[in-house]
Amino acid sequence: MLTERKTDNRITRLFEAQKKDVLSIYVTAGFPKLEDTCRVLEALEKAGADMIEIGIPFSDPVADGETIQASNKVALDNGMSLKLLFEQLEGIRKRVSIPLLLMGYINPILQYGMEAFCKRAQEIGIDGLILPDLPIVEYREFYKETMDACGLSNILLVTPQTSESRIRMIDDSTDGFIYLVSSNAITGKTGEMSAAQKSYFERIIAMKLKNPTLIGFGISDAKTFNTACHYASGAIIGSAFIRTIANSTDLDGDIAAFVRSINKKQ
Amino acid sequence: MTTYQVNERGYYGNFGGAFIPEMLYPNVEELRTRYLDIIEEPSFQEEFQQLLKDYVGRPSPLYFAKRLSEKYGTKVYLKREDLNHTGAHKVNNTLGQILLAKRLGKKNIIAETGAGQHGVATATVCALMGMDCIVYMGEVDIERQKPNVGRMKLLGAKVIPAMSGSRTLKDATNEAMRHWISNPVDTHYIIGSVVGPHPYPDMVARFQSVISEEMKWQLKEQTGKEDPDCIIACVGGGSHAMGAFYHYLDREQVRLIGAEAAGLGISTGESAATTFIGRAGVLHGSKTLLMQTEDGQVVEPYSISAGLDYPGIGPVHAHLHDTKRADFFAVTDMEAMAAGMELCRLEGIIPAVESAHALAVLKKEQFKENEVVVINLSGRGDKDLETYLRELKRKTPH
Repeated sequence: MLTERKTDNRITRLFEAQKKDVLSIYVTAGFPKLEDTCRVLEALEKAGADMIEIGIPFSDPVADGETIQASNKVALDNGMSLKLLFEQLEGIRKRVSIPLLLMGYINPILQYGMEAFCKRAQEIGIDGLILPDLPIVEYREFYKETMDACGLSNILLVTPQTSESRIRMIDDSTDGFIYLVSSNAITGKTGEMSAAQKSYFERIIAMKLKNPTLIGFGISDAKTFNTACHYASGAIIGSAFIRTIANSTDLDGDIAAFVRSINKKQ
Repeated sequence: MTTYQVNERGYYGNFGGAFIPEMLYPNVEELRTRYLDIIEEPSFQEEFQQLLKDYVGRPSPLYFAKRLSEKYGTKVYLKREDLNHTGAHKVNNTLGQILLAKRLGKKNIIAETGAGQHGVATATVCALMGMDCIVYMGEVDIERQKPNVGRMKLLGAKVIPAMSGSRTLKDATNEAMRHWISNPVDTHYIIGSVVGPHPYPDMVARFQSVISEEMKWQLKEQTGKEDPDCIIACVGGGSHAMGAFYHYLDREQVRLIGAEAAGLGISTGESAATTFIGRAGVLHGSKTLLMQTEDGQVVEPYSISAGLDYPGIGPVHAHLHDTKRADFFAVTDMEAMAAGMELCRLEGIIPAVESAHALAVLKKEQFKENEVVVINLSGRGDKDLETYLRELKRKTPH
């Protein structure tokens, strides 16, 4: 079951135009304030981010570390819900043109209804999904057709423990890009990359996958971002960005400064 | 014929599966492909059975509760899991899983715990096998189950408080999963109930199935028939209920009853009665009945019993509920406390507050005089002494 590249998808177009140093930022919807969602997206594009992952908050985010968990809780306490997120994102394509992905745990999406969710995402102009606890076998069997029909790329994860045959299967099952989890860890770790991590990235490069790769988990600053970019088309930053905006009194200014600090070429 | 066993894809009817992030896939897949072969190895069975007998003290007695029977006008038998080493049924599972972990070459063990019974049972078998043990426990539960925290520490386990969310069992489970994601190579996660991604629900059910295996010959000896008319067990995640039901699932003439914790009442918002107020959803790796908001956020459960204080239920129980193979009763805190106190005075047995929920069904359902009702007494009440004494004081203030 090979997955065709979606030619009119913004993720596809981004990687066709830009092979290197792609900066993708994760942000929790409805954080730090309920009404900040769209403002953060606009500020990120303006600051030079290449892609944004909008996190749908969940009460029990098991793959996330303290920072993102806490931001999920704040967002839920703010009154965020999937329904409200779709309302907030209505018309976002008039203001933001970079690729937008929705990232979330499967339960709120199943409660919304997968088909309704995909259709709504398509109407709004979402390009891809990252659903970490949706098993690949269920995705292929039940949901892939719907996602493809709605022009949504389902981004799949690869970890240091993923076997070569499974990486091949993942590469065949997805389009857009592959999310390389940098280490055996939950989100939010900081510090430099180890030799073991680098050899894992080299192993992936040698496999010459059809999809581009972005490295995520533990990317927190210019140094780790640049290292990641050496081995992949770019990287994803989540927790470090969440920490930056958590107590911000000048969202636009702080977001611009953060992106500048990562991507000095801007 | 309806099957109550797990299918190849890890489902019981519409419930089950393995909804896990890719980071956990290699570990869960290793378990899935190897658990049956390992459990069926003669050397595994020999070691497991020997330890169940000499270390746990099995078989646990099946006791005819004469005074309780007289009171309710039926024949009540108690399956005495409370007499197991460590004081509950939990050790049946932890022993099985640690023998499996050893054969998988794992060096470290992690576990979650609510009331602390599973934590103690895990710390116990880790001491027995000389393996490192970390137990995650909600900060709130650490406070209300102090004696068990002390026991775990004495046994050499490291108890790490779960500080996120409601700081109870659900959050301890989240933290244990996070630990496993961060330490995927040499660590085995001993889940304490028939919850979690496939193959956990089936694996835990198999290790607990010794309960109904013994019940069959014990009933035959005492009543002349292997089948009782009814089996009652409390259900949080539902592991000992599954153990008690296991060999009777296909014997439709045996009525199965699960007692869930209704807390202050199912309509109060302070409850853990999942089959009454839950909808299908995904938590901790499986699709099951789940207490949740319209938006799909998990609702914090409440029960006087820390062991039943969980917003989900094992997928197999969701299936038994769906197919109406089992009936579920909602038992409030007050009803459970009354039933627990009654057993103290009628039979000289102090039951765990969890088990007291099953006993309370006797007040809700009329059984016939000649009917044989087995109540699975999952654990002893030593850990609940404070709760009982508070209740005693409330009833007899002077």
